[in-house]
Amino acid sequence: MSSNVKPTRGAPVKSVNLHIGEIEPGVPKVDPIIVADHVTRSFGGLTAVDVAHVEIPRNAITALIGPNGAGKTTFFNLLTGFDKPDTGRWTFLGKSLAGIPSFRVARLGQVRTFQLTKALNLLSVLDNMKLGAKGQKGENMFVALLPWLWRKQEEANEAKAMELLGRFKLDTKAEDYAASLSGGQRKLLEMARALMSDPTLVMLDEPMAGVNPALTQSLLDHILDLKTQGMTVLFVEHDMQMVRHIADWVIVMAEGKIVAEGPPDAVMSNPAVIDAYLGSHHDQDLGVDPHAEETMHALKELLDDEPSS
Amino acid sequence: MVDFWQIIQNAAVELISPTTAAYALAALGLAIHFGYTGLLNFGQAGFMAIGAYGYAISTLTLGFPVWGAVLVGVGGSIIFALILGIPTLRLRADYLAIVTIAASEILRLIFTTNSLDAVTGSADGLSAYKGGFAALNPFPKGTYGFGPFTMNEYDLWVRVVGWTLVILGGLLAWQLMRSPWGRVIKGIREDEDAVRALGKNVYFYKMQSLIIGGVFGTLGGMIFIMPRAVVPANYATTLTFFIYTILLLGGAATILGPIVGSMIFWVLLSAVSGFVARAQAVGWFPGMSSVQAGQTRFIIVGVVLMLLVIFRPQGIFGNKKELAFVK
Repeated sequence: MSSNVKPTRGAPVKSVNLHIGEIEPGVPKVDPIIVADHVTRSFGGLTAVDVAHVEIPRNAITALIGPNGAGKTTFFNLLTGFDKPDTGRWTFLGKSLAGIPSFRVARLGQVRTFQLTKALNLLSVLDNMKLGAKGQKGENMFVALLPWLWRKQEEANEAKAMELLGRFKLDTKAEDYAASLSGGQRKLLEMARALMSDPTLVMLDEPMAGVNPALTQSLLDHILDLKTQGMTVLFVEHDMQMVRHIADWVIVMAEGKIVAEGPPDAVMSNPAVIDAYLGSHHDQDLGVDPHAEETMHALKELLDDEPSS
Repeated sequence: MVDFWQIIQNAAVELISPTTAAYALAALGLAIHFGYTGLLNFGQAGFMAIGAYGYAISTLTLGFPVWGAVLVGVGGSIIFALILGIPTLRLRADYLAIVTIAASEILRLIFTTNSLDAVTGSADGLSAYKGGFAALNPFPKGTYGFGPFTMNEYDLWVRVVGWTLVILGGLLAWQLMRSPWGRVIKGIREDEDAVRALGKNVYFYKMQSLIIGGVFGTLGGMIFIMPRAVVPANYATTLTFFIYTILLLGGAATILGPIVGSMIFWVLLSAVSGFVARAQAVGWFPGMSSVQAGQTRFIIVGVVLMLLVIFRPQGIFGNKKELAFVK
């Protein structure tokens, strides 16, 4: 990754014409990176994921949205080998991934982040980053005892880590414990750490959750940046503004199934999606309650009824 | 009058005693398990027992030379680690704790049982296995050292071997922990799913850590039996908890911590027991019997260690900064 790639400002360039034929759930893509068939996973009697067919387009940003409990994170866990499906198979870059353990999936170039950020607290920020690098000779126990065999690689990894930290504005924190970072900075660190392995596909589970608005913009830019560098991004998100802003393709899940997909604007005007996910009040600010006065009045009466002590 | 000079001299002996070296090695192994990898191994006594019995049985029953007996002990502890690790290292950390504490007790009971008396000596244990080790002694017969550290050639030989092993073990662990391998190990302690997501085979690394720390415990077990006999009662769970005490005293994720912690622990234990025994004898503690005086040392050491953990929870060599983030 070169440092001269500037974060994209303003309206992002959307990738279009990603699909073949009519848009419907499970539509084939021109250049899919992941193709999944009949993936199901149930917990007891509850079917959390039941995906008949889905394709994720390459070198595009795909958003996976859906209401709580739709099975998005479970689907994520299945694709990355963190959970085993009951049935189904899927391929990544044409290679079947079913039954492959999570660490091998990551080695193939499909790295993920977690909904609840997993910064390695008592490691320095720099060590967190260096842990992300692939193919380190010194990670073999016997080679580890012979530092001259891995020192050069270690220096290269450190330079790369510092360069990435600089882009994510964490370079001044390099020597601090990751535990000392704020929630948003940890999200950034987790993403930067994932990039240390030069992934092909970056899977982000709710990258915006708990991130303040000032940091959101820079996170968005970083995600857009990944696309310009040739990576593919698949992310789970609840924030519709963000999805509309950066996603090239949106896949909507509800009750474990894929109920709709398509370019963001088309998907968000789809009545099925509005019903399943956005709800009938989706364009209304819930902060303003038209019945506020009545509620206050009722509350006051209730309080007056309380026996005074 | 209580002879304080004698108490200090007796305590000073413990500073470099083979027992201290043996505990330091075992605690170093536990630092690799618990301090660096986050593995809750409550069966370090079992690894030490394998070292002790592996060495003694292969010397006495099989007639192996010293190097062969050492290899039997080390090989035995690698197999023990594999047996413990294969089923449990994929599970949550607590399962390893349950399995290790049970397995080390099973070992102790097997070594105690009468049906194996011919091989293990059951409750009486084993002795007379030191010939081969003593024959390797390069020091000529005589008296060595000064003051409280005066010893014969065999004691000197045991100390030299014991502390050489401690130093080599410390250097090995230090080099491992500052390497990328150590970074993966420490990452696993913090969050193994995150490490897995970065493409590391967590299970494999945990197994390596369990084996290395176990072999340290086994070598400690061999040093432990050089100045005494092999007695199964020595390998009860209390041994594991003494080693944990030493580890926490020195600092769990440190290299010097377990070594210096072992020295402090034994010097303190000797000084306290020497003082209580002598003070009881001259009637400083009215109403206390000599048996009670013998037990008091553990109470006092326990209180001292509690105070230490309360006021310096990171241990002597631990990093205070880390504690700011412990949940």
